[in-house]
Amino acid sequence: MFIELKNLTKIYNKYIAVNKINFEIEKNKTIGLLGPNGCGKTTTIGMMLGLVSPSKGEILIENKNLNNFRRDEILKRFNFASPYVELPKKLTVKQNLEIYGRLYGIKDLSIRINEISSDLDIKGFFGRKTGELSSGQKNRVSLAKSLINKPEILLLDEPTASLDPDIGDFIRSYIQNYKSKNKVTVLLASHNMNEVERLCDSIIMMKKGKIIDKGTSKELIKKHGRNNLEETFLKLARSEDEL
Amino acid sequence: MNFSKIYALGLRHIYLVMNSFPRVLDLIYWPTVQIFLWGFISKFFTLNSAYYNNTVGVILTAAILYDFLFRASISFNMMFLEEIWSRNFTNLFIAPIRIREIIAALTLTAIIRTLIGLVPAVVISIPLFGVSVLKLGIPLIFLLLALYLFGVTLGLLVTSGLLRYGPSFENIAWASLFFLAPLGCIYYPIEILPDFLQIVAKALPLVHIFEEMRNILISSSVDYINIVKSIFISCLYFVMGVIVFYISYFGAKKRGTLINMGE
Repeated sequence: MFIELKNLTKIYNKYIAVNKINFEIEKNKTIGLLGPNGCGKTTTIGMMLGLVSPSKGEILIENKNLNNFRRDEILKRFNFASPYVELPKKLTVKQNLEIYGRLYGIKDLSIRINEISSDLDIKGFFGRKTGELSSGQKNRVSLAKSLINKPEILLLDEPTASLDPDIGDFIRSYIQNYKSKNKVTVLLASHNMNEVERLCDSIIMMKKGKIIDKGTSKELIKKHGRNNLEETFLKLARSEDEL
Repeated sequence: MNFSKIYALGLRHIYLVMNSFPRVLDLIYWPTVQIFLWGFISKFFTLNSAYYNNTVGVILTAAILYDFLFRASISFNMMFLEEIWSRNFTNLFIAPIRIREIIAALTLTAIIRTLIGLVPAVVISIPLFGVSVLKLGIPLIFLLLALYLFGVTLGLLVTSGLLRYGPSFENIAWASLFFLAPLGCIYYPIEILPDFLQIVAKALPLVHIFEEMRNILISSSVDYINIVKSIFISCLYFVMGVIVFYISYFGAKKRGTLINMGE
């Protein structure tokens, strides 16, 4: 298995943010992480990125514990995008991509920047400061940064949150298209059910730090006797007995 | 150590300064005002006090050296705070750069910010007050090295606090140097301090640096033991600062503060 989370637990003081979760991700698959706010999605992503140390359990990448990798060696295989994390606002788009390209040790950086900028249609505001961009433009730049190293593992935390439907659809189409052309394993945390249905091969439902169900969207809808993923999500989010 | 990554992180801060004229102005403004202020105060003392006769050079050189220390420390802190303010913290800490490379990048880039601020002030002090720090000769290089290491160490300790307590520790960043200044014996000899404070002060490199500065300017002789002592103590504190930074980093990972820093 490419990625395995075994009994992964995170306890802050006495608060259990993530409670003995187990799941696996096959190479080049996209997994959706669904759950209400505060269910432990971001903490799980944080542990996978090495930003948060687990209280118990382990994360294995190709059967090797994440802690046993050298920080720079493993992180160059990852990348991450979230609208809640920004790039330096006072730097231009081009400067930001150049710096992150250098940090990720990209060879032929100008070619890569050119390539990804054309794909994401961000060349038009290359010289503008990142802080002056609209939300949609910022999201595209953030996505460009997250793909600059052609990551093997891409973690996306609500990549289309607060975007208008047009830009949201552009981002989703881009991710879908990117996945079809590149080998990438994606973990997508989202509250947008259409997005999850469209992009993910399977879904993990979390609530109060635990995994309460998993499967493909069709399997989950059928299992819970609902018409769509949104109704399934609401049923699971509101019911206490699933825990 | 991967120097191209250290360069990349340094470049981020160079771009930041280059993109903003007010930032350059801010870097130059404070040291220049400081030099003017101390220059005029020293001049007044020189003209009106027998005790302070011929001390204009000593006080102003002390002010310049202290400002170098202050700028080094603040530059280090500011670069770290910039990452928090711009909500870029997570991006930085998930980039494939090692912690030692982050420390090296901040340490090496801080010197650029420090010099942008200080060089104009040093140049101004020559025609305006007839004082040049270059009068200290070759020992100046070693004194600056000791000051820089100690300034960066204070920066490391403050950034460790930021990692440990989050952005609320920011105010300490500004206050850190003022806390140590009385013990540094910057403008007065160590004998002024009460006996018990003299013991504490001697454990800091500042006393040795500023005592030696006065020694060179007043008696025109160099006591290399003082210089070696100041560099040695600064190195010791620097190593301690790096250790504290690592402890804070691992503590922050445990508490999960790295993931929501700046939010």
